[in-house]
Amino acid sequence: MRRALTLLGLAAVPVLVLAVFFVLPVSGMLARGFWPDGRFDPGAVLEVLTRPRVHRVLWFTIWSAGLATAVSVVLGLPAAYALHRLALPLRRTIRAALLVPFVLPTVVVGVAFRQLLGEAGPLGFLGLDGTPVAIVGALAFFNVAVVIRSVGASWESLDPRPGEAAAALGASPAQVFRTVTLPALRPSIVSAASVVFLFCATSFGVVLTLGGLRYSSVETEIYLLTTNLLDLQAAAALSIVQLVAVTALLVVAGRLRRVPDPSLARVVARPRRVRPGDAAPVVATVLLLVVVALPVVSLVVGSLRQGDRWTLDHYRALAGRGADEALLQPASDALLLSLRTAVDATWMSLVLGTLVAVVVSRRSRGRAERRLRGVLDGFFMLPLGVSAVTLGFGFLITLGRPPLELRDSALLVPVAQALVALPLVVRTLAPVLASVDERQRQAAASLGAGPLRAALTVDLPVVWRPLLAAAGFAFAVSLGEFGATSFLARDERLTLPVAIYRLIGHPGAANYGMALAASVVLAATTAVVMLAVERLRVPSLGAF
Amino acid sequence: MLGVDHVDVDYDGVPAVVDVSLDLPDGLVLAVLGPSGSGKSTLLRAIAGLEPVRSGRVTWDGADLAGTPTHKRGFALMFQDGQLFQHLTVARNVAYPLRLRRARDTATRVAELLELVGLSGYGDRLPATLSGGERQRVALARSLAVEPRLLLLDEPLSALDAGLRERLAGDLSRILRAAGTTALMVTHDHEEAFAVADRIAVMRDGRLVQHGDIDAVWRAPVDAATALFLGYASVLEGGAAARVLAAAGLPAAPGSAVAVRRSALALAERGPLAATVVSARATPEQVRLVVDVVGAGALDAVAPLDHPAAPGQEVHLVVDRTRLAVLPGAAREDLSLD
Repeated sequence: MRRALTLLGLAAVPVLVLAVFFVLPVSGMLARGFWPDGRFDPGAVLEVLTRPRVHRVLWFTIWSAGLATAVSVVLGLPAAYALHRLALPLRRTIRAALLVPFVLPTVVVGVAFRQLLGEAGPLGFLGLDGTPVAIVGALAFFNVAVVIRSVGASWESLDPRPGEAAAALGASPAQVFRTVTLPALRPSIVSAASVVFLFCATSFGVVLTLGGLRYSSVETEIYLLTTNLLDLQAAAALSIVQLVAVTALLVVAGRLRRVPDPSLARVVARPRRVRPGDAAPVVATVLLLVVVALPVVSLVVGSLRQGDRWTLDHYRALAGRGADEALLQPASDALLLSLRTAVDATWMSLVLGTLVAVVVSRRSRGRAERRLRGVLDGFFMLPLGVSAVTLGFGFLITLGRPPLELRDSALLVPVAQALVALPLVVRTLAPVLASVDERQRQAAASLGAGPLRAALTVDLPVVWRPLLAAAGFAFAVSLGEFGATSFLARDERLTLPVAIYRLIGHPGAANYGMALAASVVLAATTAVVMLAVERLRVPSLGAF
Repeated sequence: MLGVDHVDVDYDGVPAVVDVSLDLPDGLVLAVLGPSGSGKSTLLRAIAGLEPVRSGRVTWDGADLAGTPTHKRGFALMFQDGQLFQHLTVARNVAYPLRLRRARDTATRVAELLELVGLSGYGDRLPATLSGGERQRVALARSLAVEPRLLLLDEPLSALDAGLRERLAGDLSRILRAAGTTALMVTHDHEEAFAVADRIAVMRDGRLVQHGDIDAVWRAPVDAATALFLGYASVLEGGAAARVLAAAGLPAAPGSAVAVRRSALALAERGPLAATVVSARATPEQVRLVVDVVGAGALDAVAPLDHPAAPGQEVHLVVDRTRLAVLPGAAREDLSLD
């Protein structure tokens, strides 16, 4: 009884926050579609699903996300091996560098790819600008880090002895990989792939900046339907399709996670010296590094060029409001606001995430308790997959009127960003807390320590690094959040990613150059944070 | 005084402890002995307040402990693998409960405790640098630092290898008595229980099957399974039991069973039992024989080292009645139930 009360007490705050700031807005958005004039009318929603354009959008979402997932896995596996099993020089730095794209603001990635592939760009001759290839490439660019992290963490702690046993029985290295290593890694590969698919299928900023009006995913279609066409029924229909698909995927991913994860044992094998046989994965990793660096380099170069000369003018322009007053406030103010917002979002997601991680990671006693924890775990993962656009628009229509008059609250944007970062914080902390032996806490209790004191003695020494790392991660994600913020940010209070999107929407080379400069500043800030975080060496960071 | 009063504990809906009642007066050491899965560890955790009791009461000096959380019971629990805090030194581990109570002069007390467990000078080491036996000693010192009303020991020696276990069992017994601690130890090893405890409680399938002073329980096990678990070599029934009892000069009730230690039958020139040696194996203490006793079948027996017996040899045996236990007899109970 006491346990049940403690569980509910710990879960109460996050559940309440999620109910008000997540369930309410999303269901408000859906209600708009189902009750268009205060009358229940599901027919119109179903009718939307028969439209040819909707079919095109759904099909495009599925195949682009599927292809991007496949590309991420194929590119990520060799790098996961090389960076987690081999004693490559600089491998920690390379690992951090490859994680940077994942936290880069989506808008920045979009801008970087356009800069790379556009007519004037270094790869312009390929004619890929505005094609699905560019979109798939950008999505893979984003998510390859997830594969490297998740699979790498499992690979690192894989017991080498079964492979050695197979080799002793006469298996060649390729046969060892196919018959022993790959089956052992399959849970983490499938788990990472399902999360990557989720990210790709709900990606907003990349598709919006690269796809324009010709290529639309479910997410950007919801955006267009709500903002440009004001067709809320169609938007609600697509939101429902997305919610159902995402929930199904999360359930599948959750099932897969329940397979005993070898990375939790944390018997990290010592990385071994590079041998001639490792040439293929090492070369693949270097190539990946080059491919990942290309858009970033072209972005930096673009920000330093004006016409034919090198200049810092675009950076100087950040102190102003752009050509033709494209912004209502100087871009530097937007940066400061972004930083302040991200700090708020960080502490919120840390407080919530720590509570959630404690709730879902404690060992359950009895089937009912285990089921309850499972349901809570899934519930708190929902923001991972629900369209940030749906969330943002839902905020607008449900929190903008009494009893929740929060429209003008300065906390609205941080709260939305905290919800987006929450699953990442939970996924970083929960495995660490779960790996603490319950009997350590019981030992402390039997020596006279109360629950709080026991947590300080037993959990804090293990969890402080992951906590710091999660803070940095949440900060970086909040800094680049675009989907929900683009709905909520008011014109005179734009965050930097939204300001960048406004700048590329305005005509003029000066505005475009300024957008490039702002993107570099934003990317550099996130990169510095991620490099600092990587130094904490937390294995569960960025792994799913 | 610890009281356990008709306690039931469920584990995930399955009964793990069923209707257990026992008392433990202050200053005594009780060993709860049982095979794995007998519910003995669950009982210990219920007493510590780590498992909820479904029905019945756990009391201290008559006061019900149901509302008292683990950290306020004053029962220190020592785990099988010690569960030292890896990031704290030995001294800080031992001082942990003292600091919780803001005790003064912790350094002196820590030094005393480390000396008590034979680890003087180990204060600055980290747990990871200690051997398994040293870690258990630190865990014991840490538990004693609580000055617990009751010390709960969960298989304290099982993780250690055989020689060390025997030595540490003796030390544990001495330390507990030196500290005057009331203790409840859970174990599956009867040798360990005999070496440390004053009293013994035998559990099987969640139930308490026997409970009392150690020599009383040992001399009169309540049934065949208990006898075998307490280290008797075999249990004889029917004609074999009657034959052995007669040879020992004891009256034989019909249908009674008798538990026999390995050394109950010994080679003697004019012994009452005639037998044929089946096999013989020398050990450092004695020669262990398997003999075929006329009218009783194959039994264990011993011979002194200077009396080697070869397989096939005809021998005579005496029966040592202090190494037998006549069981109340499951067979008779079954009959009376009918």
